[in-house]
Amino acid sequence: MANKLVVSLSPHVHSGDSVQKNMYWVCIALVPALLCSFISFGVGAIITTAISVASCVCFEWAINKFMLKNPKCTICDGSAILTGLLLAFNMPSNIQPWIIIVGALFAIGVVKMTFGGLGCNLFNPALAGRAFLLISFPVGMTTWPTPGQGFGVYLDAETGATPLAWMKVMFKNAPDTELYQKAVQELSKIKWEDMIFGNTGGCLGEVCTAALILGLAILLAKKVITWHIPVSILVTVFVLSGLMYIANPQSYANPLAELMSGGLLLGAIFMATDYVTSPMSKNGQLVYGVAIGFLTVIIRAYGAYPEGMSFAILIMNAFVPLINNKFKPKRFGEVPVKK
Amino acid sequence: MKTFRIGGVHPAENKLSAAESIKVAELPKVAVFPMGQHIGAPALPCVQKGDKVKVGTQIGKPMEKALSTSIFSSVSGTVLKVDTVVDASGYKKPAVYIAVEGDEWEESIDRRDKLVMLADKPELIPEVIIEKIKNAGVVGMGGACFPTHVKLMPPPQFKPEWVIINAVECEPYLTADHRLMLEKADEVLVGVELLMKAAKVSKGFIGIEENKPDAIKLLSEKCAAQHPNIEVVPLKTKYPQGGEKQLIDAVVGRQVPAPPALPVSVGAIIQNVGTAFAVYEAVMKNKPLFERIVTVTGKQLKHPSNFLTRMGTPMSQLIEACGGLPDGEAKVIGGGPMMGKALVNLEVPICKGSSGVLIMSGEDARRGEPQPCIRCAKCVNACPMGLEPYLLATCSGKKMWDKVEAEGITSCIECGSCQFTCPSNRPMLDLIRVGKTTVMTNIRARQMAAKK
Repeated sequence: MANKLVVSLSPHVHSGDSVQKNMYWVCIALVPALLCSFISFGVGAIITTAISVASCVCFEWAINKFMLKNPKCTICDGSAILTGLLLAFNMPSNIQPWIIIVGALFAIGVVKMTFGGLGCNLFNPALAGRAFLLISFPVGMTTWPTPGQGFGVYLDAETGATPLAWMKVMFKNAPDTELYQKAVQELSKIKWEDMIFGNTGGCLGEVCTAALILGLAILLAKKVITWHIPVSILVTVFVLSGLMYIANPQSYANPLAELMSGGLLLGAIFMATDYVTSPMSKNGQLVYGVAIGFLTVIIRAYGAYPEGMSFAILIMNAFVPLINNKFKPKRFGEVPVKK
Repeated sequence: MKTFRIGGVHPAENKLSAAESIKVAELPKVAVFPMGQHIGAPALPCVQKGDKVKVGTQIGKPMEKALSTSIFSSVSGTVLKVDTVVDASGYKKPAVYIAVEGDEWEESIDRRDKLVMLADKPELIPEVIIEKIKNAGVVGMGGACFPTHVKLMPPPQFKPEWVIINAVECEPYLTADHRLMLEKADEVLVGVELLMKAAKVSKGFIGIEENKPDAIKLLSEKCAAQHPNIEVVPLKTKYPQGGEKQLIDAVVGRQVPAPPALPVSVGAIIQNVGTAFAVYEAVMKNKPLFERIVTVTGKQLKHPSNFLTRMGTPMSQLIEACGGLPDGEAKVIGGGPMMGKALVNLEVPICKGSSGVLIMSGEDARRGEPQPCIRCAKCVNACPMGLEPYLLATCSGKKMWDKVEAEGITSCIECGSCQFTCPSNRPMLDLIRVGKTTVMTNIRARQMAAKK
């Protein structure tokens, strides 16, 4: 016979979607936030991101080759690059390089590769890396540069408190204290446009609301994620902190300010939606999102740290297998009659 | 625009032969008729070596007291042998081989090209129509090949309300149904009326996807003019809308419960548009089912075409008529790209369920390399049955049969949407098929044990 026949089971066509495409689209969706960060914090933002990405990729390559002895190279799938980007986005731009490298080793080496690499990890590697660093190096991780010091600043950047830290002060102190007055004064200096365009202190990738929303639009348009997780988180935070604000406006921040401050948007759009560590069904994703929103508000208000997003996501990561077991998609035949 | 409510994907349509009028395929030199061309028991050969047959002569009798139907010769000539053949499903089946001599038809077949309306034949009561359909060997032409007369006689506890005609042709590449609707619209519509009368229902729907606007327009106009009780329902183009359950959901908004429930349990009888045409010919023209329209297509094929093909014609002959196989390795698929079967042998004959022959070569013929599951949930979102394909596949791979049964694996319609959409190229449906077959066997074994 002249022709060789290829035989396989159906389906014989494929959508053309791939792991790489999804990972690279998330990376592309992060680029606007990175650019804004460069404008706010200068070259330090770029250096920190580069170190983080490079060390994540190197660690994955080395562990895969020398420890797992896997002949297939896994760094081309883009997941290590993405972890590197997200890890950097969760750090101040003036952090010491060696701290970044330790964080990358923990994220890739401990959280991702020990569980079996891509698809097998229980926790989001970048967030677990951040949490590890926050606990191990609390000073370095919570000394944020103030924005607008020029493009050349890196380790020498001047630092200051973030809006979220002032909100915490407001909550912890009675209205008649000096600290409370100072917090109100500092917060009143921050204008809405500062929060929208990233002109506030904070982690490298979290400050620019507009860029993060643009990233969300890219992810939704390219069908990398669905709306369920980000929207359920944001709505929960808005409603819950709104209720608290109505009950006691002196101690709690405006719910819109809550939404736009800290790592909430970065977490809701890019971290909680991580494929591997989020639930599979739509209902499960909604439950997961609502729980993250709830935990975030609780931690922000009553926890030891001003920021609650990363811990909320990590806690819910641990519940994902249970959620997957409990919340199934609606089967065909269980949907009620239309009309 | 209407469509089904759960899951679904939209593969590239690639309807290359949509504008190609139906051509009559040449007669083969030897025609081969597998006796099992339908769901159920194979027919029993009723001719012997040396017998002379005409076009339309019965050569296979239905097995008695079983789900079965007749097979007819599509050619005139001499029976060469009664043997076996490997058909498009890949299984060996008993078959009748006929050497073709001339083209002499049975006298009982009305070969005049005159449209017969239902009103012209008042003697056609439901029982007569069903008997004629049964005697002509008509089966579902969409690919499943369920004997049509059985579908028209549901168990007495069910009351059919509508006949829904499946004209969505949701498989990419295939255009046989599309061409049939454009070129035989009147016959198809009379066929629908016959089906409605046989099923004793007063309302018929024809579901057509919006990527066939010319067919929607033509049939809508004809229905408005002559067939007021038939309604054309345009549907949003989405795969697998041609799945029986998906089509019912799309057209009338009812969902058939999990197996063993039947479509008729929500009041619907589904028939393919090709079946409606075959019913017209069987009832009005006394013409048994021995030819059908076959799309022969593929991006690398010189002349993608639609052929009116006699059953028993080898697929290789149709491929040659379109310019032959492209160079290098190729995948030849009986049916469409989503659910068709890759052939191991191009000499397999066209059967009642052969809607198309698709050739894919080069890169297109190969699967992508599987990567780890990244738990993106795209398969869960794509599944039209609301199942969790990643879970069914993983548990089937681990032989957790009780688990996959509890997760509803028997509801899987094997449409392939999960595997189509998987960014990691995971062979999910391969594993799910293994699991589904095993679970079905287990269920039957339990039922047998319970009876004892």
